[in-house]
Amino acid sequence: MQKNHKHIYTVSEITQVIKGMLEEKVGEVWIEGEVSNFKAASSGHFYFSLKDQGALIWAAMFAYANKGLKFKLEDGLKVICFGKVDVYGPSGQYKIIIERIEPKGKGGQQLAFEQLKKKLEQEGLFDLGHKKMLPLMLFSVGIVTSDKGAAVRDILQILKKGASCVDVVIRSVRVQGEHAANEIAQAVEEFNSFGGIDLIIVSRGGGSTEDLWSFNEEKVARAIYNSRLPVVSAVGHQINTTLSDLVADVFVETPSAAAKIIVDKKNSLLAQLDSLKHELEFAATNTVNELKNRLTGLTHMLKSPADRLLEKQQFLDELFSGLNYNMRHTFELAGERSSSLIQRLESLSPLAILSRGYSLSMLMAQGAIVKDIAQIKPGDKLKTVLHIGAFTSLVQEVINDESSSSKGLG
Amino acid sequence: MKEKPMFEEDLKKLQKIVEELSSGKITLGESLKKYEEGVRLAQSCSQTLTSAQRKVELLMKKDGKFGLEKFDDTQTEEK
Repeated sequence: MQKNHKHIYTVSEITQVIKGMLEEKVGEVWIEGEVSNFKAASSGHFYFSLKDQGALIWAAMFAYANKGLKFKLEDGLKVICFGKVDVYGPSGQYKIIIERIEPKGKGGQQLAFEQLKKKLEQEGLFDLGHKKMLPLMLFSVGIVTSDKGAAVRDILQILKKGASCVDVVIRSVRVQGEHAANEIAQAVEEFNSFGGIDLIIVSRGGGSTEDLWSFNEEKVARAIYNSRLPVVSAVGHQINTTLSDLVADVFVETPSAAAKIIVDKKNSLLAQLDSLKHELEFAATNTVNELKNRLTGLTHMLKSPADRLLEKQQFLDELFSGLNYNMRHTFELAGERSSSLIQRLESLSPLAILSRGYSLSMLMAQGAIVKDIAQIKPGDKLKTVLHIGAFTSLVQEVINDESSSSKGLG
Repeated sequence: MKEKPMFEEDLKKLQKIVEELSSGKITLGESLKKYEEGVRLAQSCSQTLTSAQRKVELLMKKDGKFGLEKFDDTQTEEK
Protein backbone atom coordinates (compact mmCIF):
# COMPACT_ATOMS: atom_id res chain seq x y z
CA MET A 1 0.00 0.00 0.00
CA GLN A 2 1.29 3.37 -0.90
CA LYS A 3 0.52 5.74 1.87
CA ASN A 4 2.73 8.62 1.07
CA HIS A 5 1.39 9.75 -2.17
CA LYS A 6 -2.04 10.41 -3.14
CA HIS A 7 -3.83 7.44 -4.62
CA ILE A 8 -7.37 7.70 -5.63
CA TYR A 9 -9.29 4.44 -5.34
CA THR A 10 -12.32 3.66 -7.27
CA VAL A 11 -15.19 2.42 -5.08
CA SER A 12 -14.68 -1.03 -6.39
CA GLU A 13 -10.99 -0.88 -5.68
CA ILE A 14 -11.35 0.22 -2.09
CA THR A 15 -14.13 -2.27 -1.54
CA GLN A 16 -11.85 -4.90 -2.90
CA VAL A 17 -9.15 -3.83 -0.45
CA ILE A 18 -11.55 -3.89 2.48
CA LYS A 19 -12.90 -7.21 1.38
CA GLY A 20 -9.40 -8.61 1.15
CA MET A 21 -8.41 -7.28 4.53
CA LEU A 22 -11.53 -8.37 6.32
CA GLU A 23 -11.72 -11.75 4.79
CA GLU A 24 -8.05 -12.38 5.36
CA LYS A 25 -7.70 -10.92 8.84
CA VAL A 26 -10.98 -11.95 10.28
CA GLY A 27 -11.74 -14.97 8.16
CA GLU A 28 -13.54 -17.81 9.83
CA VAL A 29 -14.89 -17.04 13.28
CA TRP A 30 -17.19 -18.25 16.03
CA ILE A 31 -19.75 -15.65 17.01
CA GLU A 32 -22.19 -15.59 19.84
CA GLY A 33 -25.28 -13.42 19.66
CA GLU A 34 -29.02 -13.12 19.48
CA VAL A 35 -30.93 -13.64 16.25
CA SER A 36 -33.03 -10.74 15.00
CA ASN A 37 -34.67 -9.66 11.76
CA PHE A 38 -34.93 -13.26 10.70
CA LYS A 39 -36.25 -13.90 7.21
CA ALA A 40 -36.39 -17.12 5.24
CA ALA A 41 -36.32 -16.28 1.54
CA SER A 42 -38.22 -18.32 -1.01
CA SER A 43 -34.86 -19.44 -2.34
CA GLY A 44 -34.32 -21.25 0.93
CA HIS A 45 -31.62 -18.87 2.14
CA PHE A 46 -31.90 -17.40 5.61
CA TYR A 47 -31.13 -13.74 6.24
CA PHE A 48 -30.94 -12.29 9.71
CA SER A 49 -28.81 -10.28 12.03
CA LEU A 50 -26.90 -11.18 15.13
CA LYS A 51 -26.76 -8.65 17.89
CA ASP A 52 -25.71 -8.04 21.42
CA GLN A 53 -26.10 -4.96 23.60
CA GLY A 54 -23.54 -2.91 21.69
CA ALA A 55 -23.57 -3.98 18.10
CA LEU A 56 -25.29 -5.72 15.26
CA ILE A 57 -23.92 -7.71 12.38
CA TRP A 58 -25.81 -8.99 9.38
CA ALA A 59 -25.74 -12.66 8.61
CA ALA A 60 -26.78 -15.03 5.87
CA MET A 61 -27.14 -18.77 5.98
CA PHE A 62 -27.55 -20.23 2.56
CA ALA A 63 -29.87 -23.06 1.70
CA TYR A 64 -27.11 -25.65 1.45
CA ALA A 65 -26.02 -24.85 4.99
CA ASN A 66 -29.42 -24.58 6.64
CA LYS A 67 -30.94 -27.61 4.96
CA GLY A 68 -30.03 -30.01 7.75
CA LEU A 69 -30.99 -27.61 10.50
CA LYS A 70 -33.30 -29.39 12.92
CA PHE A 71 -34.52 -26.46 14.94
CA LYS A 72 -36.17 -23.31 13.74
CA LEU A 73 -34.27 -20.07 13.73
CA GLU A 74 -36.33 -17.27 15.15
CA ASP A 75 -35.91 -13.82 16.55
CA GLY A 76 -34.66 -13.73 20.10
CA LEU A 77 -32.90 -17.07 19.89
CA LYS A 78 -29.42 -16.98 21.45
CA VAL A 79 -27.03 -18.78 19.18
CA ILE A 80 -23.41 -19.68 18.66
CA CYS A 81 -22.46 -19.82 15.02
CA PHE A 82 -19.52 -20.48 12.85
CA GLY A 83 -18.92 -18.62 9.60
CA LYS A 84 -16.74 -16.26 7.71
CA VAL A 85 -16.85 -12.57 7.04
CA ASP A 86 -17.95 -11.62 3.58
CA VAL A 87 -18.01 -8.21 1.97
CA TYR A 88 -20.61 -7.78 -0.69
CA GLY A 89 -19.50 -4.96 -2.95
CA PRO A 90 -22.70 -4.12 -4.79
CA SER A 91 -24.47 -3.10 -1.58
CA GLY A 92 -21.41 -2.07 0.36
CA GLN A 93 -22.27 -4.43 3.15
CA TYR A 94 -20.34 -6.90 5.10
CA LYS A 95 -21.94 -9.84 6.73
CA ILE A 96 -21.21 -13.21 8.21
CA ILE A 97 -21.89 -16.19 5.98
CA ILE A 98 -22.89 -18.81 8.46
CA GLU A 99 -21.99 -22.45 7.99
CA ARG A 100 -23.08 -23.90 11.28
CA ILE A 101 -25.37 -22.66 13.96
CA GLU A 102 -26.33 -24.04 17.37
CA PRO A 103 -28.67 -22.71 19.97
CA LYS A 104 -26.75 -21.48 22.98
CA GLY A 105 -27.05 -23.56 26.14
CA LYS A 106 -28.60 -26.63 24.63
CA GLY A 107 -28.30 -28.87 21.65
CA GLY A 108 -30.00 -28.04 18.41
CA GLN A 109 -31.87 -31.29 18.55
CA GLN A 110 -33.22 -30.52 21.96
CA LEU A 111 -34.36 -27.13 20.79
CA ALA A 112 -35.90 -28.63 17.67
CA PHE A 113 -37.75 -31.09 19.85
CA GLU A 114 -39.05 -28.36 22.08
CA GLN A 115 -40.07 -26.18 19.19
CA LEU A 116 -41.93 -28.94 17.41
CA LYS A 117 -43.50 -30.11 20.63
CA LYS A 118 -44.79 -26.63 21.29
CA LYS A 119 -46.16 -26.35 17.79
CA LEU A 120 -47.94 -29.71 17.86
CA GLU A 121 -49.25 -29.02 21.30
CA GLN A 122 -50.76 -25.77 20.14
CA GLU A 123 -52.33 -27.60 17.23
CA GLY A 124 -53.95 -29.99 19.66
CA LEU A 125 -52.10 -33.15 18.67
CA PHE A 126 -51.60 -34.14 22.29
CA ASP A 127 -55.17 -33.39 23.39
CA LEU A 128 -56.54 -36.04 25.67
CA GLY A 129 -59.93 -35.63 24.03
CA HIS A 130 -58.50 -36.98 20.81
CA LYS A 131 -57.13 -40.11 22.38
CA LYS A 132 -58.99 -43.25 21.44
CA MET A 133 -60.09 -45.94 23.83
CA LEU A 134 -58.54 -49.32 23.23
CA PRO A 135 -61.08 -51.97 22.21
CA LEU A 136 -62.24 -54.52 24.76
CA MET A 137 -59.88 -57.08 23.34
CA LEU A 138 -57.15 -56.85 20.76
CA PHE A 139 -57.09 -59.92 18.60
CA SER A 140 -54.97 -58.56 15.76
CA VAL A 141 -52.04 -56.35 16.46
CA GLY A 142 -50.00 -54.50 13.87
CA ILE A 143 -46.45 -53.73 14.88
CA VAL A 144 -44.45 -51.00 13.23
CA THR A 145 -40.84 -51.79 13.98
CA SER A 146 -37.77 -53.44 12.58
CA ASP A 147 -38.25 -57.17 12.08
CA LYS A 148 -34.70 -57.65 13.28
CA GLY A 149 -34.85 -55.54 16.38
CA ALA A 150 -35.19 -56.40 20.02
CA ALA A 151 -38.59 -54.77 20.21
CA VAL A 152 -40.37 -57.27 17.97
CA ARG A 153 -38.70 -60.12 19.80
CA ASP A 154 -39.83 -58.85 23.19
CA ILE A 155 -43.39 -58.25 22.04
CA LEU A 156 -43.76 -61.62 20.31
CA GLN A 157 -42.37 -63.48 23.28
CA ILE A 158 -44.77 -61.93 25.75
CA LEU A 159 -47.76 -62.35 23.45
CA LYS A 160 -46.92 -65.96 22.76
CA LYS A 161 -46.70 -66.75 26.43
CA GLY A 162 -49.51 -64.58 27.70
CA ALA A 163 -51.98 -64.10 24.88
CA SER A 164 -51.54 -66.79 22.29
CA CYS A 165 -54.90 -65.93 20.76
CA VAL A 166 -53.51 -62.73 19.30
CA ASP A 167 -52.51 -62.50 15.66
CA VAL A 168 -49.54 -60.33 14.90
CA VAL A 169 -48.78 -58.52 11.68
CA ILE A 170 -45.40 -56.88 11.45
CA ARG A 171 -44.65 -54.02 9.11
CA SER A 172 -40.91 -53.91 9.12
CA VAL A 173 -39.39 -50.45 8.93
CA ARG A 174 -36.10 -48.82 9.62
CA VAL A 175 -36.28 -47.36 13.09
CA GLN A 176 -33.40 -44.95 12.85
CA GLY A 177 -31.63 -42.92 10.24
CA GLU A 178 -32.72 -40.63 7.50
CA HIS A 179 -35.54 -42.73 6.05
CA ALA A 180 -36.93 -44.07 9.27
CA ALA A 181 -39.51 -41.35 9.93
CA ASN A 182 -40.97 -41.68 6.45
CA GLU A 183 -41.22 -45.43 6.73
CA ILE A 184 -42.74 -45.36 10.19
CA ALA A 185 -45.34 -42.80 9.17
CA GLN A 186 -46.18 -44.75 6.05
CA ALA A 187 -46.48 -48.03 7.93
CA VAL A 188 -48.99 -46.48 10.30
CA GLU A 189 -51.04 -45.29 7.34
CA GLU A 190 -50.75 -48.69 5.66
CA PHE A 191 -52.06 -50.54 8.68
CA ASN A 192 -55.04 -48.23 8.63
CA SER A 193 -55.83 -49.01 5.02
CA PHE A 194 -54.94 -52.69 5.33
CA GLY A 195 -57.80 -53.46 7.71
CA GLY A 196 -58.36 -56.32 10.11
CA ILE A 197 -56.12 -54.77 12.70
CA ASP A 198 -57.34 -53.81 16.17
CA LEU A 199 -54.30 -51.94 17.40
CA ILE A 200 -51.03 -50.54 16.11
CA ILE A 201 -47.90 -50.67 18.21
CA VAL A 202 -45.18 -48.28 17.11
CA SER A 203 -42.01 -49.51 18.70
CA ARG A 204 -38.27 -49.76 18.86
CA GLY A 205 -35.87 -50.87 21.50
CA GLY A 206 -33.73 -48.61 23.61
CA GLY A 207 -31.07 -46.32 22.29
CA SER A 208 -29.62 -42.87 22.55
CA THR A 209 -31.76 -39.81 22.02
CA GLU A 210 -30.30 -39.63 18.52
CA ASP A 211 -31.25 -43.26 17.85
CA LEU A 212 -34.82 -42.56 18.84
CA TRP A 213 -34.97 -39.35 16.89
CA SER A 214 -37.21 -40.60 14.11
CA PHE A 215 -40.00 -40.95 16.64
CA ASN A 216 -39.73 -37.23 17.30
CA GLU A 217 -40.32 -36.27 13.73
CA GLU A 218 -43.34 -34.32 12.70
CA LYS A 219 -44.54 -36.75 10.05
CA VAL A 220 -44.50 -39.64 12.50
CA ALA A 221 -46.43 -37.61 15.04
CA ARG A 222 -49.00 -36.61 12.43
CA ALA A 223 -49.39 -40.14 11.07
CA ILE A 224 -50.10 -41.38 14.59
CA TYR A 225 -52.49 -38.52 15.23
CA ASN A 226 -54.37 -39.22 12.02
CA SER A 227 -54.57 -42.97 12.58
CA ARG A 228 -58.12 -44.27 12.88
CA LEU A 229 -56.80 -47.32 14.67
CA PRO A 230 -55.64 -46.82 18.23
CA VAL A 231 -51.87 -46.52 18.53
CA VAL A 232 -49.64 -47.57 21.38
CA SER A 233 -46.23 -45.96 21.38
CA ALA A 234 -43.48 -48.06 22.92
CA VAL A 235 -40.20 -46.43 22.10
CA GLY A 236 -36.93 -46.91 23.92
CA HIS A 237 -36.16 -48.46 27.22
CA GLN A 238 -36.01 -45.48 29.50
CA ILE A 239 -38.15 -42.54 30.23
CA ASN A 240 -37.17 -40.59 27.15
CA THR A 241 -40.49 -39.28 26.00
CA THR A 242 -40.76 -38.93 22.26
CA LEU A 243 -43.33 -36.95 20.35
CA SER A 244 -44.86 -40.19 19.12
CA ASP A 245 -45.41 -41.07 22.80
CA LEU A 246 -47.23 -37.80 23.34
CA VAL A 247 -49.47 -38.19 20.31
CA ALA A 248 -50.24 -41.87 20.74
CA ASP A 249 -53.45 -43.02 22.43
CA VAL A 250 -51.43 -44.95 24.98
CA PHE A 251 -47.72 -44.81 25.62
CA VAL A 252 -45.56 -47.18 27.54
CA GLU A 253 -41.88 -47.17 28.29
CA THR A 254 -40.89 -50.43 26.67
CA PRO A 255 -41.98 -52.78 23.88
CA SER A 256 -42.65 -55.46 26.52
CA ALA A 257 -45.03 -53.15 28.34
CA ALA A 258 -47.01 -52.70 25.12
CA ALA A 259 -47.45 -56.45 24.81
CA LYS A 260 -48.40 -56.64 28.47
CA ILE A 261 -51.34 -54.31 27.86
CA ILE A 262 -52.80 -56.99 25.60
CA VAL A 263 -52.02 -59.83 27.99
CA ASP A 264 -53.60 -57.88 30.86
CA LYS A 265 -56.70 -57.22 28.81
CA LYS A 266 -56.99 -60.90 28.01
CA ASN A 267 -56.55 -61.92 31.63
CA SER A 268 -59.03 -59.41 32.95
CA LEU A 269 -61.54 -60.55 30.33
CA LEU A 270 -61.07 -64.16 31.38
CA ALA A 271 -61.63 -63.18 34.98
CA GLN A 272 -64.71 -61.25 33.97
CA LEU A 273 -66.01 -64.25 32.06
CA ASP A 274 -65.42 -66.42 35.10
CA SER A 275 -67.42 -64.15 37.31
CA LEU A 276 -70.15 -63.93 34.68
CA LYS A 277 -70.28 -67.72 34.64
CA HIS A 278 -70.64 -67.73 38.41
CA GLU A 279 -73.36 -65.15 38.29
CA LEU A 280 -75.08 -67.21 35.67
CA GLU A 281 -74.96 -70.33 37.87
CA PHE A 282 -76.09 -68.35 40.85
CA ALA A 283 -78.97 -66.72 39.02
CA ALA A 284 -80.11 -70.03 37.54
CA THR A 285 -79.89 -71.82 40.89
CA ASN A 286 -81.74 -68.96 42.47
CA THR A 287 -84.49 -69.11 39.90
CA VAL A 288 -84.91 -72.83 40.42
CA ASN A 289 -84.83 -72.52 44.20
CA GLU A 290 -87.36 -69.76 44.16
CA LEU A 291 -89.65 -71.82 41.99
CA LYS A 292 -89.15 -74.78 44.29
CA ASN A 293 -90.18 -72.70 47.26
CA ARG A 294 -93.25 -71.48 45.48
CA LEU A 295 -94.08 -75.04 44.52
CA THR A 296 -93.79 -76.20 48.12
CA GLY A 297 -96.04 -73.38 49.18
CA LEU A 298 -98.60 -74.21 46.56
CA THR A 299 -98.47 -77.93 47.38
CA HIS A 300 -99.30 -77.07 50.94
CA MET A 301 -102.26 -75.12 49.78
CA LEU A 302 -103.42 -77.81 47.38
CA LYS A 303 -104.89 -80.60 49.68
CA SER A 304 -106.24 -83.97 48.54
CA PRO A 305 -110.05 -84.54 48.81
CA ALA A 306 -109.48 -87.17 51.50
CA ASP A 307 -107.56 -84.63 53.53
CA ARG A 308 -110.41 -82.23 53.09
CA LEU A 309 -112.96 -84.80 54.23
CA LEU A 310 -110.97 -85.59 57.32
CA GLU A 311 -110.69 -81.97 58.03
CA LYS A 312 -114.41 -81.51 57.71
CA GLN A 313 -115.09 -84.46 59.97
CA GLN A 314 -112.82 -83.03 62.52
CA PHE A 315 -114.58 -79.75 62.23
CA LEU A 316 -117.90 -81.47 62.64
CA ASP A 317 -116.67 -83.35 65.69
CA GLU A 318 -115.62 -80.14 67.19
CA LEU A 319 -118.99 -78.64 66.47
CA PHE A 320 -120.69 -81.63 68.00
CA SER A 321 -118.76 -81.54 71.17
CA GLY A 322 -119.51 -77.88 71.36
CA LEU A 323 -123.13 -78.52 70.70
CA ASN A 324 -123.32 -81.24 73.39
CA TYR A 325 -121.82 -78.99 75.90
CA ASN A 326 -124.23 -76.26 75.00
CA MET A 327 -127.17 -78.61 75.11
CA ARG A 328 -126.21 -79.99 78.44
CA HIS A 329 -125.74 -76.57 79.75
CA THR A 330 -129.12 -75.51 78.40
CA PHE A 331 -130.79 -78.53 80.00
CA GLU A 332 -129.14 -77.88 83.28
CA LEU A 333 -130.25 -74.30 83.22
CA ALA A 334 -133.81 -75.38 82.34
CA GLY A 335 -133.82 -77.93 85.16
CA GLU A 336 -132.76 -75.36 87.67
CA ARG A 337 -135.39 -72.97 86.48
CA SER A 338 -138.15 -75.54 86.55
CA SER A 339 -137.42 -76.70 90.09
CA SER A 340 -137.57 -73.16 91.36
CA LEU A 341 -140.77 -72.70 89.42
CA ILE A 342 -142.17 -75.84 91.00
CA GLN A 343 -141.31 -74.53 94.41
CA ARG A 344 -143.00 -71.30 93.65
CA LEU A 345 -145.92 -73.16 92.21
CA GLU A 346 -146.15 -75.27 95.31
CA SER A 347 -146.17 -72.24 97.52
CA LEU A 348 -149.01 -70.85 95.49
CA SER A 349 -151.09 -74.06 95.55
CA PRO A 350 -154.48 -73.75 97.31
CA LEU A 351 -153.70 -76.99 99.07
CA ALA A 352 -150.75 -75.26 100.66
CA ILE A 353 -153.09 -72.55 101.88
CA LEU A 354 -155.31 -75.21 103.31
CA SER A 355 -152.43 -76.51 105.34
CA ARG A 356 -152.26 -73.15 106.99
CA GLY A 357 -155.91 -73.74 108.30
CA TYR A 358 -157.90 -72.32 105.46
CA SER A 359 -160.73 -74.32 103.79
CA LEU A 360 -162.44 -74.30 100.45
CA SER A 361 -166.18 -74.63 99.95
CA MET A 362 -167.89 -75.60 96.74
CA LEU A 363 -171.50 -75.74 95.79
CA MET A 364 -172.18 -79.41 95.39
CA ALA A 365 -174.60 -78.83 92.54
CA GLN A 366 -172.29 -76.71 90.25
CA GLY A 367 -168.98 -77.58 91.82
CA ALA A 368 -168.29 -73.82 91.87
CA ILE A 369 -166.08 -72.45 94.63
CA VAL A 370 -168.06 -70.28 96.93
CA LYS A 371 -166.59 -66.81 97.20
CA ASP A 372 -169.72 -64.76 97.78
CA ILE A 373 -172.84 -65.38 99.94
CA ALA A 374 -174.91 -64.30 96.97
CA GLN A 375 -174.07 -67.69 95.47
CA ILE A 376 -175.77 -69.61 98.25
CA LYS A 377 -179.07 -69.81 100.06
CA PRO A 378 -180.07 -71.87 103.08
CA GLY A 379 -180.55 -75.51 102.24
CA ASP A 380 -177.65 -75.57 99.61
CA LYS A 381 -175.34 -78.48 99.93
CA LEU A 382 -171.69 -77.54 100.20
CA LYS A 383 -168.55 -79.56 99.98
CA THR A 384 -165.74 -78.18 102.07
CA VAL A 385 -162.16 -79.22 101.51
CA LEU A 386 -159.70 -79.04 104.36
CA HIS A 387 -156.03 -79.55 104.55
CA ILE A 388 -156.67 -83.13 105.33
CA GLY A 389 -159.93 -84.55 104.15
CA ALA A 390 -163.29 -82.98 103.20
CA PHE A 391 -166.86 -82.93 104.43
CA THR A 392 -170.31 -81.90 103.20
CA SER A 393 -172.70 -79.60 104.96
CA LEU A 394 -176.05 -77.89 104.54
CA VAL A 395 -176.35 -74.11 104.67
CA GLN A 396 -178.56 -73.15 107.62
CA GLU A 397 -178.50 -69.43 107.32
CA VAL A 398 -176.95 -66.86 105.04
CA ILE A 399 -175.59 -64.01 107.09
CA ASN A 400 -175.58 -60.89 105.14
CA ASP A 401 -172.90 -59.14 107.11
CA GLU A 402 -169.99 -57.53 105.39
CA SER A 403 -167.61 -57.75 108.25
CA SER A 404 -168.46 -61.32 109.22
CA SER A 405 -168.95 -62.47 105.66
CA SER A 406 -165.27 -62.15 105.00
CA LYS A 407 -164.78 -64.38 107.95
CA GLY A 408 -167.75 -66.53 106.93
CA LEU A 409 -165.55 -68.52 104.67
CA GLY A 410 -163.44 -69.54 107.55
CA MET B 1 -56.88 -62.64 10.08
CA LYS B 2 -59.03 -64.64 12.41
CA GLU B 3 -62.59 -63.42 12.44
CA LYS B 4 -63.62 -62.34 15.87
CA PRO B 5 -66.18 -59.63 15.37
CA MET B 6 -68.53 -61.73 17.49
CA PHE B 7 -66.47 -61.57 20.63
CA GLU B 8 -67.61 -58.21 21.92
CA GLU B 9 -71.18 -58.91 20.88
CA ASP B 10 -71.14 -62.29 22.59
CA LEU B 11 -69.77 -60.74 25.73
CA LYS B 12 -72.50 -58.11 25.70
CA LYS B 13 -75.15 -60.78 25.13
CA LEU B 14 -73.74 -62.77 28.03
CA GLN B 15 -73.88 -59.75 30.31
CA LYS B 16 -77.47 -59.12 29.31
CA ILE B 17 -78.44 -62.73 29.97
CA VAL B 18 -76.90 -62.60 33.43
CA GLU B 19 -78.84 -59.42 34.16
CA GLU B 20 -82.08 -60.95 32.94
CA LEU B 21 -81.57 -64.09 34.95
CA SER B 22 -80.67 -62.14 38.05
CA SER B 23 -83.79 -60.03 37.76
CA GLY B 24 -85.87 -63.17 38.19
CA LYS B 25 -88.55 -61.77 35.97
CA ILE B 26 -88.60 -64.56 33.42
CA THR B 27 -90.33 -67.87 33.28
CA LEU B 28 -88.62 -71.12 34.15
CA GLY B 29 -88.60 -72.24 30.55
CA GLU B 30 -87.06 -68.98 29.44
CA SER B 31 -84.54 -68.96 32.21
CA LEU B 32 -83.36 -72.46 31.35
CA LYS B 33 -82.94 -71.44 27.74
CA LYS B 34 -81.10 -68.28 28.75
CA TYR B 35 -78.90 -70.19 31.12
CA GLU B 36 -77.91 -72.66 28.43
CA GLU B 37 -77.19 -69.86 26.00
CA GLY B 38 -75.20 -67.98 28.64
CA VAL B 39 -73.06 -70.98 29.41
CA ARG B 40 -72.45 -71.51 25.72
CA LEU B 41 -71.47 -67.86 25.21
CA ALA B 42 -69.17 -67.85 28.23
CA GLN B 43 -67.42 -70.97 27.01
CA SER B 44 -66.99 -69.71 23.48
CA CYS B 45 -65.63 -66.37 24.71
CA SER B 46 -63.19 -68.12 27.05
CA GLN B 47 -62.11 -70.43 24.28
CA THR B 48 -61.48 -67.50 21.96
CA LEU B 49 -59.24 -65.94 24.58
CA THR B 50 -57.35 -69.08 25.44
CA SER B 51 -56.92 -70.50 21.97
CA ALA B 52 -53.34 -70.80 20.85
CA GLN B 53 -53.85 -70.51 17.14
CA ARG B 54 -52.09 -67.30 16.54
CA LYS B 55 -50.39 -66.26 13.36
CA VAL B 56 -47.38 -64.04 13.01
CA GLU B 57 -47.00 -62.44 9.63
CA LEU B 58 -45.11 -59.76 7.81
CA LEU B 59 -47.04 -57.13 5.95
CA MET B 60 -45.42 -56.49 2.59
CA LYS B 61 -46.34 -53.96 -0.03
CA LYS B 62 -45.47 -54.54 -3.64
CA ASP B 63 -46.71 -52.41 -6.49
CA GLY B 64 -49.25 -50.80 -4.18
CA LYS B 65 -50.68 -54.13 -3.14
CA PHE B 66 -50.56 -55.63 0.32
CA GLY B 67 -49.38 -59.16 0.90
CA LEU B 68 -48.75 -61.25 3.98
CA GLU B 69 -45.75 -63.46 4.49
CA LYS B 70 -45.18 -65.90 7.27
CA PHE B 71 -42.86 -64.52 9.89
CA ASP B 72 -40.63 -67.01 11.57
CA ASP B 73 -40.82 -66.07 15.20
CA THR B 74 -39.13 -69.18 16.56
CA GLN B 75 -35.74 -67.55 16.32
CA THR B 76 -36.94 -64.59 18.30
CA GLU B 77 -37.08 -66.75 21.37
CA GLU B 78 -33.48 -67.85 21.30
CA LYS B 79 -31.90 -64.74 22.73
